[in-house]
Amino acid sequence: MDNNMKKRWISLYVENQVGVLSKISGLFSAKSYNLDSLTVGTTEDPTVSRMTIATVSDDETFEQIKKQLNRMIEVIKVIDFTDIFVRMKEILYVKVFKCSAADKAEVFQIAETFKAKVIDYGRDSVLVEFVQTATKNDAVVKLMKEEFKTIEVVRGGSVGIESISMMER
Amino acid sequence: MRKITGNKLLVRALKEEGVDTIFGYPGACTIDISDELYKQDDIRVILPRHEQALVHEADAYARTTGKVGVCLVTSGPGATNLVTGLATANYDSVPLVCFTGQVARHLIGNDAFQEVDIVGITRSITKYGVTVRNREDLGRIIKEAFYIARTGRPGPVLVDLPKDVMGELGSADYPQTVNIRGYKPNTSVHMGQLKRALKMLKKAKRPLFLAGGGVNIARANEVFTEVVNRTNVPVVTTIMGRGAVPTNHPLFIGNLGMHGAYAANMAVGECDLLFSIGTRFNDRITGKLHAFAPKAQIVHIDIDTASISRNIHVDVPIVADALEAIMKMKEYVEPCETAKWVSQIQEWKQEHPLDMKKHIQLGPKDIIDEMNRQFDDAIVVADVGQHQMFVTQYTEITEKKQFITSGGLGTMGYGFPGAIGAQLGNPGKRVIAVSGDGGMQMNIQEFATAVLEELPLILCVFNNEYLGMVRQWQKLFYGKRYGMTNLRAGALYRRTNGEEMPEYTPDFVKLAESYGAKGIRVTKREEIAAAFEEAKKNEKTPTLIEFIIDPEEMVYPMVKPGGTLEEMIIDC
Repeated sequence: MDNNMKKRWISLYVENQVGVLSKISGLFSAKSYNLDSLTVGTTEDPTVSRMTIATVSDDETFEQIKKQLNRMIEVIKVIDFTDIFVRMKEILYVKVFKCSAADKAEVFQIAETFKAKVIDYGRDSVLVEFVQTATKNDAVVKLMKEEFKTIEVVRGGSVGIESISMMER
Repeated sequence: MRKITGNKLLVRALKEEGVDTIFGYPGACTIDISDELYKQDDIRVILPRHEQALVHEADAYARTTGKVGVCLVTSGPGATNLVTGLATANYDSVPLVCFTGQVARHLIGNDAFQEVDIVGITRSITKYGVTVRNREDLGRIIKEAFYIARTGRPGPVLVDLPKDVMGELGSADYPQTVNIRGYKPNTSVHMGQLKRALKMLKKAKRPLFLAGGGVNIARANEVFTEVVNRTNVPVVTTIMGRGAVPTNHPLFIGNLGMHGAYAANMAVGECDLLFSIGTRFNDRITGKLHAFAPKAQIVHIDIDTASISRNIHVDVPIVADALEAIMKMKEYVEPCETAKWVSQIQEWKQEHPLDMKKHIQLGPKDIIDEMNRQFDDAIVVADVGQHQMFVTQYTEITEKKQFITSGGLGTMGYGFPGAIGAQLGNPGKRVIAVSGDGGMQMNIQEFATAVLEELPLILCVFNNEYLGMVRQWQKLFYGKRYGMTNLRAGALYRRTNGEEMPEYTPDFVKLAESYGAKGIRVTKREEIAAAFEEAKKNEKTPTLIEFIIDPEEMVYPMVKPGGTLEEMIIDC
């Protein structure tokens, strides 16, 4: 079943009701589907929420995930982001502790390279905000772990929306 | 505008939905609803003796009438006792609406007396579940609940009713229409796909119909039989699909699967087109997955998109209601050249016919043969275990008969309450339950319900003093170590290292009599016919017939767990 195991994204319109998030996440655990990340927030219509879900799965499982989501009463629409052009970003905060002067210089350099923002600063610590694709954030986390002794990471999960004209991700 | 309480609106909604019978057990959180039901005569209220039996009764009522089954139980334990029954109904696609009491809104989350998060608990075993949080939503939610339960792939819906919401005054209106933006069940058939499938059927050399429970649920049996007659294509069914064509039809081969007929499993292995309708290819019918129907292209018609291409790869998927699809098939099908293929199947049938060894005393098949002789328009309800497999193998299901059982979940204890629900929904029909001695004891308290409702049920208990199906596995695969399956084992058995055991308990005949039912014990083949004749005379009383069965009886053929369908144990 390892054929075509890869990361895929789904965007969902769901009813903004009590228990819907639990029902969606419950489906993934009940059926043993991988759930890599899930974000949710209300839309311009306060009765509707939009979710962006990332999952690592093979073709068949992914088809099944979409069908299972579709048959839920509270799910209004399922959009497969795999083969369409979307804008997708994730916010990532990295706090670096116990910084020497050299460490701080290194943090600033990383921030500049990744077009990230240094948003807070202490005697021996720095807080950086990255807004980029989840894949790039993976790379940043890996790099920062190698470079510094003590870091703290918070990730927001990807949010995505279909592109209007841009033919790239 | 006149305002009424939620309790009043609920009763009104039930009437608008055409509900004539509800199954209810009272409690603190639903006492006001009990009171409203007391004040009216249109809806009959049945009081079972346990909520698990209650939901099975509503389930069987729904299966045998085609109506939505309705349950009303209180909060906390009343609600949690529904869980097994909801899962049973969910697996077998039975339309239920279950109302559960709930503590008042300000107490929710406080660990209040008899408070549970029943919507959360049942989330994965219901089609839909919701707590009514505002009085003004009540009418809409009930309307939607009935609509969701009976449309598309039917299933159980749970509506949780906080006590204060139900007491609140609000609109007396019950909506006439439903519009759920996330739920639009499919009603049409994709004709392009269907024609493609029918072209394959016409071309196939060894075509085979596989009918599942969906054909029975859609009540498409008659049309399906016409399609079979026109095409000359032989049929295998799942357990839930039994009766899709009459079992005495010349083109009916038998059930497939773990305890399927030899010829049926061979036919699946050899067919070049498997045309399947309303089945989800459960592991009990497929055996080893990659070796299932290895030579066949597969057509799959199902109302539930998620059932298609889940367990097996399907060449032509068609999302449709079975009745709609089969009606369309009837318009387009042509006769197929199947004579040679059918004669091959006949050879398999003769090679290993479904049969059991004749016993000196009394065998399961003797009982079922006599049932077939004496009852040609009955509803047969089977519990779960060896006896269930015997019933599915040998019971003739013709146009006037119906067979129901817990096929998907395999719920022991379903049989007896199932028979009660079926009889309540079909007062003019003969209802026969078949249970083992294990399953019979799982809802034995329902004798009180059956006696008080004056139901002329015939309850056949196949007593072999063991939990027979598990014992069968122990006999075949566990060196005859009968752990936990001996129903006479206890302290004496342990004390004497298995040398001594007390008499079997309970005495089913006396037990039936203590409830005011009739009891008959049958130990010889010659007594079977008379026992059924005797039972038929009890027009307002249930009759339990206890058949003493040899524990060494086995269900054959048997596909080895994890094996392919063609590798069957025929006999030992």
